[in-house]
Amino acid sequence: MSDVLGNPTIPPDASDSLAVLEKQRSTAETFGIPLAVLLEITHRCPLQCPYCSNPVELDRSSKELTTEEWKKVLSELAEIGVLQVHFSGGEPTARKDLVELVKHASDVGLYTNLITSAVLLTRERLSGLADAGLCHVQISFQGVEEGLADRVAGYKNGHRKKLEVAKWTRELDLPLTVNAVMHRQNLHQLPDIIQMSVDLDADRLEVANVQYYGWALKNRAALMPTVAQLDECTRIVEEARERLKGTLAIDYVVPDYYALRPKKCMGGWGRQFFNISPAGKVLPCHAAESITGLDFESVRSNHSIAWIWQNSDAFNRYRGTGWMKEPCKSCEFREIDFGGCRCQAFALTGDAANTDPACALSPLHETIFKQAEREAEGGTNRFLYRNFAGGTLESENGA
Amino acid sequence: MAGPRISVSETSRPVLPRHAKLKYDETRKVWVILAPERVLAPDEIAVEVLQLCNGERSVGDISDQLAAKYAAPRDAILTDVIVMLQDLADKGFLTEAREKTS
Repeated sequence: MSDVLGNPTIPPDASDSLAVLEKQRSTAETFGIPLAVLLEITHRCPLQCPYCSNPVELDRSSKELTTEEWKKVLSELAEIGVLQVHFSGGEPTARKDLVELVKHASDVGLYTNLITSAVLLTRERLSGLADAGLCHVQISFQGVEEGLADRVAGYKNGHRKKLEVAKWTRELDLPLTVNAVMHRQNLHQLPDIIQMSVDLDADRLEVANVQYYGWALKNRAALMPTVAQLDECTRIVEEARERLKGTLAIDYVVPDYYALRPKKCMGGWGRQFFNISPAGKVLPCHAAESITGLDFESVRSNHSIAWIWQNSDAFNRYRGTGWMKEPCKSCEFREIDFGGCRCQAFALTGDAANTDPACALSPLHETIFKQAEREAEGGTNRFLYRNFAGGTLESENGA
Repeated sequence: MAGPRISVSETSRPVLPRHAKLKYDETRKVWVILAPERVLAPDEIAVEVLQLCNGERSVGDISDQLAAKYAAPRDAILTDVIVMLQDLADKGFLTEAREKTS
């Protein structure tokens, strides 16, 4: 009987955690509808984190999908087989209709996650979200004490507010994930961030080293960790994972500049992930709009979401391996990492079809690695804060 | 964690926590457990066990039912059920009904 009983499958790799079913079926070529979809319902956000994953060209609120449009999207997603949605942004709680959207998502059978900075939430509103069927809350933290955390976020008293909301989350019996974006200026706080997550009674902690596109690329010199810092970070995570087994699960994302092999970005372009931008564009990755020359279809077009996923040019352009050039084309790892990240390849080489320079086989790898090392050792600590005006440089004496 | 770390035994009365939802996926024709950032694919027997986990039945009761249904040795079933549920509990996807004390 133990054969049949078997264990539910939990993959170890965070980036593939939602791909269990696809993996089991090995039907990669048919590109079944993803299990989870990221909904960036607004780009508005009171925080100004210098590594924001939103594009540098932010969608204005006047372009955002309306409540009715989002509801239609949610119904359509449930109908075609999506199981989970992540309400994200920008700051998703900046939308007045969030409770209504979560309620609708629950009504059509979707599992709902809220990815939030938490600073705009009141206890009453969070309680309203729980009543609307919200299943899980993820709160971002910029550090472990308010001096640094509030400076990184460019938002006063944010850290204190986050701690308060995290407490309410658990009081309402909602599971909590702490998301900690790590970089040179806060990596020394990692052991305390792990302890803070335990103290906040979180189930999961995401230790996510900054990935360098968009805003983060503009701030690379202020954020890039040293090799020694990164090695220490890995050691701390491994030790904590062992010590906190069964108490706190830790997902870990390393900065790929220091890797020899590129990451399997998004599990491969158009294979298991899409997101929808505030204006309704269906994107293979939240940074995809940084690649010029690709035309992304919108949910406002007369095509269904399933059609856009299966047939649109933007999704098919870098799907599979047919688009590859050397050294990817004949590489034995081409079906393993799919040539890394297309947005990074575009940002650093000007051609999204080139090998991601994070790969040691890229002719640019050495240069990029050396540059990262130089910036880590001698870069300025001043941030360029994220905002709708194209960014504001931190003043000499901070914030 | 959603609750203290639990140790599954014959007398435990397990139940899925609020954030783990057992659901039949109509599109892929499989049962799934939806959890934060995870979609788990339990096999048929695991699904059967989990459907019996209502916070009232004990692991012993569940094993009795399965032993009768499959005409299989109860001890072997009990062992397997405990291993499966403990694994789920360790990952935070199983909790225990609170003891009703007066």
